[in-house]
Amino acid sequence: MKTFIFALCLMGCAGLVSANEGGPVLLESHANLDSKINLQRGARTFVNYCLSCHSASYMRYSRLIDDLGLTKEVVEKNLMFTTDKIGDPMQVAMKPVDAEAWFGVPPPDLSVIARARGADWLYSFLLGFYKDEKRPTGVNNLYFPTTAMPAVLSRLQGVQVLKTAAEGEAAHGEGHAGHSGPTLELAMPGTQSPEEYAATVRDLVSFMVYLGEPAKLVRYKIGFWVLAFLFVLFISTYLLKKEYWKDVH
Amino acid sequence: MSFITKGLTGLRDWVDDRFPLMTLWNDHMGAYYAPKNFNFWYYFGVLSLVVLVIQIVTGIWLVMNYKPDATLAFASVEYIMRDVNWGWLIRYMHSTGASFFFIVVYMHMFRGLLYGSFKQPRELIWILGMFIYLSLMAEAFFGYLLPWGQMSFWGAQVITSLFGAVPVVGEQLAELIRGDYVISDITLNRFFSFHVIALPFAIAGLVVLHIIALHEVGSNNPDGVEIKKLKDKDGKPLDGIPFHPYYTVKDSVGVVVFLMFFASVVFFAPEMGGYFLEANNFIPADPMKTPLHIAPVWYFTPFYSILRANTYPFFGVDAKLWGVIFMGLGTMVFFLLPWLDRSPVKSIRYRGGIYKSALAIFVVAFVVLGYLGILPPTPGRTLTAQIFTVVYFLFFALMPLYTKWDKTKPVPERVTH
Repeated sequence: MKTFIFALCLMGCAGLVSANEGGPVLLESHANLDSKINLQRGARTFVNYCLSCHSASYMRYSRLIDDLGLTKEVVEKNLMFTTDKIGDPMQVAMKPVDAEAWFGVPPPDLSVIARARGADWLYSFLLGFYKDEKRPTGVNNLYFPTTAMPAVLSRLQGVQVLKTAAEGEAAHGEGHAGHSGPTLELAMPGTQSPEEYAATVRDLVSFMVYLGEPAKLVRYKIGFWVLAFLFVLFISTYLLKKEYWKDVH
Repeated sequence: MSFITKGLTGLRDWVDDRFPLMTLWNDHMGAYYAPKNFNFWYYFGVLSLVVLVIQIVTGIWLVMNYKPDATLAFASVEYIMRDVNWGWLIRYMHSTGASFFFIVVYMHMFRGLLYGSFKQPRELIWILGMFIYLSLMAEAFFGYLLPWGQMSFWGAQVITSLFGAVPVVGEQLAELIRGDYVISDITLNRFFSFHVIALPFAIAGLVVLHIIALHEVGSNNPDGVEIKKLKDKDGKPLDGIPFHPYYTVKDSVGVVVFLMFFASVVFFAPEMGGYFLEANNFIPADPMKTPLHIAPVWYFTPFYSILRANTYPFFGVDAKLWGVIFMGLGTMVFFLLPWLDRSPVKSIRYRGGIYKSALAIFVVAFVVLGYLGILPPTPGRTLTAQIFTVVYFLFFALMPLYTKWDKTKPVPERVTH
C-alpha cells in the first residue's frame, strides 16, 4: 500500500492526470454573486432538483433569509422541504445505504462542491449530459464520463446526443476547424430553450458558489474598508517615521 | 495628568525594584543600538514575529471550535467558516498566515545569504534560526492534516510513509509517527497535539533565544560592518541608533505595508489560485480514494522536487531512500553555512562576481525546484529537477572553494547607506 502510494507520487501519474486534464475544454459559467434575484432562482432550482438526492449539510436554511434577501415565510414555504426547523442544515431524506444501492455511490454532499470542482466544471457538467443506452442511467456526460448521476434536469434541458468530431464538423460545415472533439446536439427539446436552460444552470451554479462560501458575499466589501483603513494608517506611520528619522544622517 | 504620570511611574519603579524591567527594556529596546542603514531586507525579521503572533492568536480562536476527530474535523472547519461569527476571517487569516510565514522566513533567510548575517560572530543566531525554520516546517506539516481534506490525508500519508524508507526500522518508525498503519483518527489527534502545544512552545522559545543571541552580538547590516568597533565618547556605536524609537516607528511602516498585502490575500484571494488552499482539500478525506495528483503546499515543493529527483538506486541503495536522504540534506545543509563560507567579507556589496553569480544561480535552482514540485512529473521535468538538484547542492559543496577564490573589495570602516 505504502509503496504503491509512493510509486504513484514519485514516478508520477502524469498519464492519469493528463487523461483527466485532457478532457473537453470547460465552458465558462460566468457565475456571479451580484444579483440576489439570480441567487434566489438558483436556490429554488437547487432545492427542487439537487436536494432530493444530495445534501448540503453544512448549510442552514436560516442563513438564506439574510443572505438571499428573503423572508422566513418564503424560505419555509418555498425552499424548505426536508425539515420544519429553519435552523436545521440542508439534509437529505435519502439514506446513504439506499443511495449506494441505487446509484453505486452515495451522492456527494454539495456544501463545498463548488470549491472542490470549480464553477466552470459544475456548469459544464450540468450542460454535458447526453443520451447513452449503454449506461444504467441511460445518459452519459461529456465532462464526467460514466458519471453515476442521472440527467435530473432533462425535463428542462431536453435530451442531447453526442456527435463525434467528424459528424459535428459535417453538420456545422466550415468555420469549425479550430474546434475538434465531440459535440452535443439537442435531439429533443425540453421545457426551456437552450438559452433559458443555460441561464437556469448559471443561476444554480452561482448559488452553489455562494453555498460553498457564504462569506464571499461580504468579504470583498469588508476587505475594501480594511485596506482603506490600512492605507490611512500607512500615511500616519510613514509621517511619524519621517519625523523621528529627521535627525539620523 | 501629573497624578496619572506619577502613579504610572510609581508602579514602574515598584515593579523595577522587584523585576529587571528597565534593564530588559534598555537591553532590548531603549538602549539597544542597531545599525542606522537597515534596508528593505531588514523588515522580514519583525514581520516573522508579526505572523507568529497572528498565527498564535487566530489559532487560539480556531481551537475553540475545531474538533480533532476524524469524523468531525472536516465539518467543524466548515462550521467555523459559516456558523461561527467572523470564523471565516479567523480561518483565512490562519491559512494565509501559514503561507506568509514561509514567504517572510524565506526572505529573512535570503537576507542572511545576501549580507553574510550567519558569519562570525553570528553563527549561533543562524543555527537557532535554522531550528526555528525546521520547527516551522513541522508545525506547518502537522497543521495541514487538521482540516481533514483529501490533500491533508494523502499528503500526510505520503510524508509519513517516507520514514518507511529508513533501513530496518523504517516501517516501525512510520507506524510510531502515525500511531497506526495508515493515517487515522489516532494520527489526527497526535498531530493536533503537536500543532497546538508542542511546536508553538518550541518555536516561541527558540524565537526568544534567537533574539537574545542577536542582541548579545548586535545586528549585522547591509555593509557587513561591525558597528561596535567605532564608538563615541559615551560608548555608543557611531553608526548605531537606539532600536526604540527609531526602528519601532520604521518597522511600524513595514508592518502596515505587510498587512496590506496580507489583507489583500485574506479578503480577495484566500485560496490564492489553489496555492494557499488547494481545491482538493475541500473534499473530505477518503482513505479509499487516492487523488490523481498529490502535491504538497508550495513552501515544501523545492524539497519535494529533490525527493522526486532521486530515481536511481546508486550503490544498490533504494532510490526512495536516496530521495529521503537528499531531501533531509537539502534542508539541513543551511546549518553549515557559517563554516562553508570562507570569504573575508560579509556583505554581497564587497564580494566578487563569483559569489554573486553562485547566489543568483542558487535562487534560480530553488525557484525552479519549487515550481516543478507543484507539477506532476514527466521525464523532461524529472531531468530538469535532477539538474537543479545537483546545482542546489553544488552551491553548498563548492562554497569553501569559490568564496576563497572570489575577489573581494575593501570594506569601509563605517556604514555607507
